[in-house]
Amino acid sequence: MPAKQSTVLDARMVDRTLRRMADEIVELNAGTDDLIIVGIQRRGVQLAARIVSSIAEREKAKVPLGALDITLYRDDLQTVGPRPVVGPTNIPADVDGRAVVIVDDVLYTGRTVRAALDELADFGRPKRIALAVLIDRGGRELPIQPDIVGKRVECAPGQRIDVLVEELDERDAVVLSDREESA
Amino acid sequence: MSGAAAAPLGKDLLGLEPLTAEQITLILDTAEPFKEISERAIKKVPTLRGATIVNLFFEASTRTRVSFEFAEKRLSADTVNVGSTGSSVQKGETLVDTARNLEAMRIDMVVIRHGASGAAQFLADRIESNVINAGDGTHEHPTQGLLDLLTLRDRFKRLDGLKVCIVGDVLHSRVARSNIWGLKKVGAEVAVCGPRSLLPNAIDELEVEVFDRVEDAIEWADALNVLRLQLERMQGGYIPSLREYNRVFGVSRERLERAPRDLVILHPGPMNRGVEIDSDVADGPFSVILDQVTNGVAVRMAVLYLLSGGRPELAEAAKSGGGR
Repeated sequence: MPAKQSTVLDARMVDRTLRRMADEIVELNAGTDDLIIVGIQRRGVQLAARIVSSIAEREKAKVPLGALDITLYRDDLQTVGPRPVVGPTNIPADVDGRAVVIVDDVLYTGRTVRAALDELADFGRPKRIALAVLIDRGGRELPIQPDIVGKRVECAPGQRIDVLVEELDERDAVVLSDREESA
Repeated sequence: MSGAAAAPLGKDLLGLEPLTAEQITLILDTAEPFKEISERAIKKVPTLRGATIVNLFFEASTRTRVSFEFAEKRLSADTVNVGSTGSSVQKGETLVDTARNLEAMRIDMVVIRHGASGAAQFLADRIESNVINAGDGTHEHPTQGLLDLLTLRDRFKRLDGLKVCIVGDVLHSRVARSNIWGLKKVGAEVAVCGPRSLLPNAIDELEVEVFDRVEDAIEWADALNVLRLQLERMQGGYIPSLREYNRVFGVSRERLERAPRDLVILHPGPMNRGVEIDSDVADGPFSVILDQVTNGVAVRMAVLYLLSGGRPELAEAAKSGGGR
């Protein structure tokens, strides 16, 4: 049965939100010095790339862009059944002493961010790690909070929220569906 | 979270013959991101934390054993190495008894290298743990086959339609069998070349081209996988002498220079320099022999990762709130 869907953000709103988040990241960091932006696989990577190009436009500064796949750091690997696909991880610069901003599409339980923090620690010791998410849907299971939020959305546990990006889904949007599709 | 779940591999990795092209591609694709882990300052991910792996090596091995051990350790598994010397195998314990005793100590996986063809299968049928074949007699050496495929795919960006000739002692070579089955599954063309005395009688059943002259093989192929002359498995009489073998079948720079294209050269190691391969080829610009070694760790990490999952009983226990 197709789930009932509603659009939370359309393409233009996504674009505007990401631009505002880019400005907030620069403001939080008091400039672009020592900044590294790291997207979480998969859709966080595309969002991070948009943020980096927005910063390039506004600040005339090229901020290193990285990608992090947290699959191997998940806390549920023993129980998820067939192995999830592992995507590429690429940290472009030494993170020691630099300010890392993790970018993800949706913040929910906080378990993905926990895994990302553990993985980043294996690359070095940043002077500071911040978290920027396009959507915060609440429902945390760990003491993790975002520093920069695109939009907060109240979601019931049975609902799911999906961020679509043009590179992978042919359009930019954020969609709320009534039913949790079985994975 | 990452996307779709991967197609399962089953409990064991015993050979490439029983795998599908999709399963082989899955392992190669999974190996890609694992390469990066070995480049990190801290070359370790917590994926197999708490898993115990026994490396049962009943035959001499440096490369494969070290490669498996690195793969296991970089995934944070706990590992124990057991060899035939200095273990109860010397006292006459059977393979199954050894494995059952190890299993009674709550292990999760066994990596086995054994001189008898079929040893890995024999073990896999009798124990609950995942079994990975690290070479059984003259049967298969699947992780070597996989790392050869990965190395070729890295170089050529494809495997479909690629022409690969396996040169040398095909008769005694489990590497050859794993390569032939693996390469053919993913659409490569495979040939073998060597003295007839070192080709299996049933070579026709493998459905590969056969070259009697290494010059013809070089003219045909995109890549040569040069096998080691397995001196320890030769009970005499296969070849007149090492010198003659080198003169007729040795892969030398002079022979390669006459090829219509630059050939990529693989060798599973350990090399007999000056016998099956000359030093200036082994160390030359088209040799990918050290890439093979690097890729070996990534491929083995991928296999360990893929096999360690898919335990539905654990997933069920988690759902019902029991277990861990």
